[in-house]
Amino acid sequence: METSSHDILIIGGGGAGLRAAIEIAEQDPTIDVAMVSKVYPMRSHTVSAEGGAAGVAGKDDSLDEHCYDTVSGSDWLGDQDAIEYFVNEVPKELLRLEHWGCPWSREPDGRIAVRPFGGMKRMRTWFAADKTGFHLLHTLFQTSLKYRAIARYDETFVTRLLVEDGAVRGVVAIELRTGKIRVIQAKAVIIATGGCGRVFPFSTNANICTGDGMALAYRAGAPLKDMEMVQYHPTGLPFTGILITEAARAEGGWLLNKDGYRFLQDYDLGKPTPAPVFRSMELGPRDRVSQAIIGEFEKGRGFHGPYGDYVHLDLRHLGEHKIETRLPMVRELCLKYENLDPVKEPIRIRPVQHYMMGGVHTDINAATPLPGLFAAGEAACVSINGANRLGSNSLGEILVFGARAGRAAIEAARNGSPASETAVLAQGRDEERRLEENYLRKTGGTERIAKLREEMQQTMERGCGIYREHNSLVESAHKLDELRGRAAHLAIDDHTRTFNTQLTAALELGFMLDVADSIVHSALNREESRGAHQRRDFTKRDDQKYLAHSVAYKTAEGPPRIEYLPVVITRWPPGERVYGR
Amino acid sequence: MPQYTQYQPKAYRPRMSAYWYLDQWRYLRYALREASSFFVAYFCVLTLVQLAALGTSATRYAQFEACMGSPVMIIINAIALAFFLLHAITWFNLVPRVAMRQMLGRPTPDAISSGPNYLLWFGATVILALFFLGVL
Amino acid sequence: MSDTIILEVARFNPERGGEPSYESFEVPLRPDWMVLDGLNHIKDQLDGSLTFRWSCRMGICGSCGMMINGVPTLTCESLLINYAPGPVRVGPLDHFPVVKDLVVDLDDFLAKLQKVRPWVVRKDDFKPPREFMQSPAQLEAFHQFSLCINCTLCYAACPVSGLDPNFLGPAAIALAHRYNLDSRDQGVEDRLDIVSQHEGIWDCTVVGECSVVCPKNVDPSLAIQQLKLTATKEWFKSFLLPRGKH
Repeated sequence: METSSHDILIIGGGGAGLRAAIEIAEQDPTIDVAMVSKVYPMRSHTVSAEGGAAGVAGKDDSLDEHCYDTVSGSDWLGDQDAIEYFVNEVPKELLRLEHWGCPWSREPDGRIAVRPFGGMKRMRTWFAADKTGFHLLHTLFQTSLKYRAIARYDETFVTRLLVEDGAVRGVVAIELRTGKIRVIQAKAVIIATGGCGRVFPFSTNANICTGDGMALAYRAGAPLKDMEMVQYHPTGLPFTGILITEAARAEGGWLLNKDGYRFLQDYDLGKPTPAPVFRSMELGPRDRVSQAIIGEFEKGRGFHGPYGDYVHLDLRHLGEHKIETRLPMVRELCLKYENLDPVKEPIRIRPVQHYMMGGVHTDINAATPLPGLFAAGEAACVSINGANRLGSNSLGEILVFGARAGRAAIEAARNGSPASETAVLAQGRDEERRLEENYLRKTGGTERIAKLREEMQQTMERGCGIYREHNSLVESAHKLDELRGRAAHLAIDDHTRTFNTQLTAALELGFMLDVADSIVHSALNREESRGAHQRRDFTKRDDQKYLAHSVAYKTAEGPPRIEYLPVVITRWPPGERVYGR
Repeated sequence: MPQYTQYQPKAYRPRMSAYWYLDQWRYLRYALREASSFFVAYFCVLTLVQLAALGTSATRYAQFEACMGSPVMIIINAIALAFFLLHAITWFNLVPRVAMRQMLGRPTPDAISSGPNYLLWFGATVILALFFLGVL
Repeated sequence: MSDTIILEVARFNPERGGEPSYESFEVPLRPDWMVLDGLNHIKDQLDGSLTFRWSCRMGICGSCGMMINGVPTLTCESLLINYAPGPVRVGPLDHFPVVKDLVVDLDDFLAKLQKVRPWVVRKDDFKPPREFMQSPAQLEAFHQFSLCINCTLCYAACPVSGLDPNFLGPAAIALAHRYNLDSRDQGVEDRLDIVSQHEGIWDCTVVGECSVVCPKNVDPSLAIQQLKLTATKEWFKSFLLPRGKH
């Protein structure tokens, strides 16, 4: 076991983690900050974001309008103080990215260009063609290289948070290259590990999105908030689940059923017009559009394919020039993965799990209830996204709250009281023993990791997909209990120390099972339909009982304890979500 | 003696063979292109020898011409010509791609950047051909 | 057509030592499977100890570059069926130290990236109150070179990288060029000093394979040749005007 110590430790090297690291290095160069990431930072899943980042830019737009779009998009489950803070900060953050070299797309006069996006009433989405996340991540990573003060533990996998005297004191991690167990102590820890899309079978998320940070915090005693709020993106490629950006619809793409009919008009999303109209039809919010597609499937108006039903996303009328300049990656992905050219053919798409509105419960300062622990990005739930995130609000969120978490962690690192090092190291040795006994030296197990993972994914899709109900959720909860039991008997083929990806897959499976459990039980307890959470047995929104965040605490045995926390309402009292009228 | 000490895994460091350019066609193509410089030099020397012969006496030039007419020299020169063409095409394509972009500050299609080279080449060939055919 | 295909996959376990060897696995040959799906089938169903990196499976994270039949390729965007009837030989990227099976050591590459100062350098410390104006043409000037996903296929294709491990290499030099061409940047001189040192641009003998294998059409070879031109111009300038350094 090797030990090291820093003032602040960031877990996760994606957009939020890098933004936090840069903020800390800029605010106070004397602070010793380190970042631990299970992949090299530029491999993080931020890289896959496509469409853009929303921030008020033009004269015809206002902060209040962005706030209202976000609040109504969230189905009033977003905290309005956090949303106001976010909307106010995000243009400054996007501008900072510009100064750091992000290749934002431009107007002919050299100003930043903006595009429309789903659920937004104005053009305010900054974009770098349709590789916004890629450019944002690489700009942040390259800028972070300027700061020698940022220490990095690349390809190092965190297995546990160390909690002593009621505060987080660091982590235990495996250095993949050598297999060495490291205890990394810190006065403040920021979780920026992204989402957990891989608990679902069909997701846009990368292989690394296994909810590690959520599970680490949850096991350490920090609660998970609004975990039932799972976003399905309307347009994923049927076999791979690869994302076709919402920008495809923002630029004017149409959703068509098997009769070539723009079916969204049947789902209270407005009347079809040739050019896109804000907050209408294909520019509706993701929850409503995804639900409409499922509606078409149920009416038998989708196409049948080898990977389930699908509908068409038609871009042909946009013409080759627009597709090539504004949506080059959409074309590239369709050609490579579907063998079709969107210039000539409509794209086959179906809704696909995309994003977790829920995550580690934090306040507006990115602080969790556990002293010394902060969280930002998709791993966290502040909440600005409520029951449904608007497209292009997440890239802004990782910047705003990444930086916020950085500043909050500086405070905590300055004011934190020291813990007993002996106690912390003893915990580290416990964890080392657990890893050795349960995985590295374990023989005779019979359960294959992939099999358990697949069964978990299937039960999540069946019981906890776009539509849920009591019985399906209870069934999923039972299945997860069974899987957790079986996960104690994993078959491990790889007993080497060096780069043991079977060990990490096993640990990730454990993380995912815990996170899945919190999703199912949060969904089971919320007996209403709101945003992305649609119950067949409770089809109406119930503001009397559920204008509140569900907060899930892990218990020693049995299901999580679910509590409710009122939503912060400042200026926008709950109302009807109106799109297209 | 065990090679592995715990936590000190020794990475395998591949070595390139001394004949790496024979391993793959793409590398061989590169090696041939590099070798073409030798034949360019050969032509330069040959031209100098030719000029020297021309300047010395008519007999020396006749000897030079006779030597050039031998089957061995024809084969050598045919090979040299092939390499010379490879050399010319490589640089005709490459130099303008870099230079045009440097001047214009934006990418240009290959046809536009290296096209003029081939036009000039073709033009020069036509003029020389006409000259030797006695038209000019 | 057969409904399976043989993958010959490189195996190397540093804890056992020795040389890498190839192990054959039979995997299903499905029309929409990539080579990466084949590798995952092996890992999930046949041998859980097979070790390789992958993440986004959509050609943008840059993790899954390997040698397929001797050519550096992203396994997530290479259809298995294109290699039928097989066998398909999958190995770790050439010219890098092999950590285990298909995983190579990238630390040296990351150090090279950092070396070229890949961030906006402002000598004047100017921070505009709003965005820097940048016309679409100015964006176009560097955009292509900003598309590098750091997959390091170009290093595996470059014999110079193989012969001289200290060669800065295609991706790092292209990245330097990307910032040099950015109208917001003022660090050209610093970066020219770095890339025109030994083991920089002058090591490049224009094999051109880096640009052939690049999955994002970044054309690092072009970047290097352009930098050679710029460096030469600067050298002449300083030669003619010894005190002309501004």
